[in-house]
Amino acid sequence: MEDISREQSDSSSLLQMRGIVKQFPGVRALDGVDLDVRAGEVHCLLGQNGAGKSTLIKVLAGAHQPDTGEVLLGGEAVKLANPTAAMRQGIATIYQELDLVDGLSVAENIFLGHEQATFGFTRRGEMFAATRKLLARLGHGEIRPSTEVGRLSPAGKQVVSMARALSHEARLIVMDEPSAALAHDEVTNLFRIIRELTSQGVAVVYISHRLEEIREIGDRVTVLKDGRTVAVGLPARTTPTATVVSLMTGRNVEYVFPPRPTGGFGDEVLKVEDLTVPGVVSGVSFTVRAGEIVGLAGLVGSGRSEIMEAVYGARRATGKVTLNGRPVKLGDTSHSVRIGMGLAPEERKAQGLLLDQSVARNITLASLGRYSRFGWLNRKLENAEAERLVKALDIRPPDPNRPIKTLSGGNQQKAVLGRWLVEGRKLLLLDEPTRGVDVGARAELYALVRRLADEGVGVLLVSSEVPEVLGLADRVLVVREGRIVHEAPATELDEHHVLDLVMDATPSHG
Amino acid sequence: MTEVNPQKVSAPEADEQARVEAAAVAPSGPGAGRLALGRITGARHLGLVVALALLAIVGLITAPETFATTSNMVSLLALAATIGVITVGMTFVIIGGGIDLSVGAIMALASVWATTLATQAYGPVVMAICAIVVGTGAGLLNGFLISYGRMVPFIATLAMLVAARGLAQRMSERRTQLVSQDNGALVELSTTRVLGLPLLVYIFAVIVALGWLILNRTTFGRRTYAVGGNPEAARLAGINVRRHTMLLYGLSGLCCGIAAVIIMARTTTGSSTHGDLYELDAIAAVIIGGTLLTGGRGTIIGSILGLLIFTVITNLFILNGLNTSDQLIAKGLIIVVAVLLQRRSLQTAT
Repeated sequence: MEDISREQSDSSSLLQMRGIVKQFPGVRALDGVDLDVRAGEVHCLLGQNGAGKSTLIKVLAGAHQPDTGEVLLGGEAVKLANPTAAMRQGIATIYQELDLVDGLSVAENIFLGHEQATFGFTRRGEMFAATRKLLARLGHGEIRPSTEVGRLSPAGKQVVSMARALSHEARLIVMDEPSAALAHDEVTNLFRIIRELTSQGVAVVYISHRLEEIREIGDRVTVLKDGRTVAVGLPARTTPTATVVSLMTGRNVEYVFPPRPTGGFGDEVLKVEDLTVPGVVSGVSFTVRAGEIVGLAGLVGSGRSEIMEAVYGARRATGKVTLNGRPVKLGDTSHSVRIGMGLAPEERKAQGLLLDQSVARNITLASLGRYSRFGWLNRKLENAEAERLVKALDIRPPDPNRPIKTLSGGNQQKAVLGRWLVEGRKLLLLDEPTRGVDVGARAELYALVRRLADEGVGVLLVSSEVPEVLGLADRVLVVREGRIVHEAPATELDEHHVLDLVMDATPSHG
Repeated sequence: MTEVNPQKVSAPEADEQARVEAAAVAPSGPGAGRLALGRITGARHLGLVVALALLAIVGLITAPETFATTSNMVSLLALAATIGVITVGMTFVIIGGGIDLSVGAIMALASVWATTLATQAYGPVVMAICAIVVGTGAGLLNGFLISYGRMVPFIATLAMLVAARGLAQRMSERRTQLVSQDNGALVELSTTRVLGLPLLVYIFAVIVALGWLILNRTTFGRRTYAVGGNPEAARLAGINVRRHTMLLYGLSGLCCGIAAVIIMARTTTGSSTHGDLYELDAIAAVIIGGTLLTGGRGTIIGSILGLLIFTVITNLFILNGLNTSDQLIAKGLIIVVAVLLQRRSLQTAT
């Protein structure tokens, strides 16, 4: 009998989810998912965007109710009717967008909703002491309980989120892409914390798009595809990447970078001289040629994104920037766009998209002048152009009138790029173009960027993922502490070399 | 079913990716999104139309002698015209992510400035131009403080509300200024009728039509949605958000100036007490019409329907000789019910 076999095999489980089905209007987000997590393990959840990962963790967090299926915690069936109920059962979820209140202190955030209070007056002393203890347990005794959370770095905020989870005496912590906003050394620290937690018997469900991380921190892997579990309990360290990728996609590729052009590049498109952003970037100079992809490699906070934003005029800076010989007015994005620049910003949703509006409206946003005369829109022309771009970019589903928020991350990113696929673009600035984009869609984005470069556009690329910079760019500028410390053709660098340059404080270069 | 082991995984399929993506995005078929969206907007306006029709039926039942008369309809529309023009401007400001509390005060100031003896000496055309220039100027000042002075719209326009009202009181020495006999042409906007309706109703209709066209058919309108929906994305897409914001408040001020012309025609006066609390009626009309106070979404038609609902309620209370306090309570309830209903229709749709 099936039932018996299941129960026998999972006696050591902390959490079991069986046959979870969740139907939304028009889409079956979960179609029979099984998950089995043991106490003290790091269980990785893999799957492409839309495979059902977020829905599944929302079921775990009590935010969604499954239509059918059961959840067992420590062998007992439980009902997670709402987030509070889940919390009470010892399940804590740390979402990608950390749900902390910036204006409150670390201690207030950790005890938000379950303050230690007498007749409504908080017992500050006790809360501070408890906070110190929790932070020390996470190896971050240096964070002061009274510090305002808004002043902490993303990594610091994450530590606070975890302390909050622990304050609820969580037995199971779900982490949704915890490394996405972290730099390399911060990820190392995160892993140290996770190992400490698991050694204390806490189970961690870890979601990430980065396979190498899963190999490093994970114990077992569950793979989701199309709302179904396609594999459970794979050993995280020994399962070959090819197997995992093919389980997720049905394809046998991980990163496919398009070939570099064989000929030389065109004229200088961008020339940056002595660009300075006070306190962040000091006196940076470089050039980008037509058809060339130049990558900026560096840690978060090294100044790489700030360089890009300053060039685009989105950030106050001093220095000289010229585009095709024309001086760029620093600090004026509309001027930059007018003379031929385009930016795909780092935070796609917060900085790039009009979430309520259609794909078409998002695509045509930056080029409205092109479809209008004296401010009067030619909607036929606009819609035709949007439709053409949706087809050219292979945005799926191919419906320009669909609200953009219903698209997957990769397709949203294509729309952001599509915004700049109009004539006269001379320079594209891409900040983390594949963040939150699944493996399959990445290859398409890489090919698209290369195609644009081949058409004569200069590209400046920022990415936290060194392999991406090395694979896609023609030339790499390594940024550390607001300076360019190394410059070389991408083919002459390897990942280790770049990571050394990026992190190493020994001054080997001026 | 039992645990699926990795060996049983299906072979690579060419359209696998497409299926994953298709599953990631809600309903079925490519046209579904458009239809759903059409249904929401249609339903939202339909709800307002139904509410308006119900109020009309109430009017016919409770005041059968007076409600459906031509004179009542005309006075109803004339009343709606003043706030209506202001509501058009307010819709732009709110879709653009702002708020304008100073509309009533600006209208009062414009009416006072246009009816001073000095201005009246130049005749009715100059009076109208004066009102419009004063309104636009005050609006642009609002916009300047908000865009370039980085003040919160609520505070900047609150300051303008107080200051403009004060300036209007000083200029008029708190007296009501009559439009002189020589400038009777201005009053004719209210007395001259074409097809039974006074000219000012046509002005109102033209402003609404222009507002709709600007919002839906021009780059300015498109950018207004972008600036209100996600100012950072708009800025990074090369839109001059500051200049645009300033123009939005200028536009609202312009509407106040036009409203001042209408109220001068209707009442034959300019007064510092004109337009008291109009800002609240205009904001309420916009909200009832389904425009989000957070910006980025909304329609002119909705705002106008919201305004008509408000005006008809006022009219019904007057016709039935009911207490004005009860009228305020009814209006408050309408706002709450309208917003609750809209939230529900949005939720069921997404």
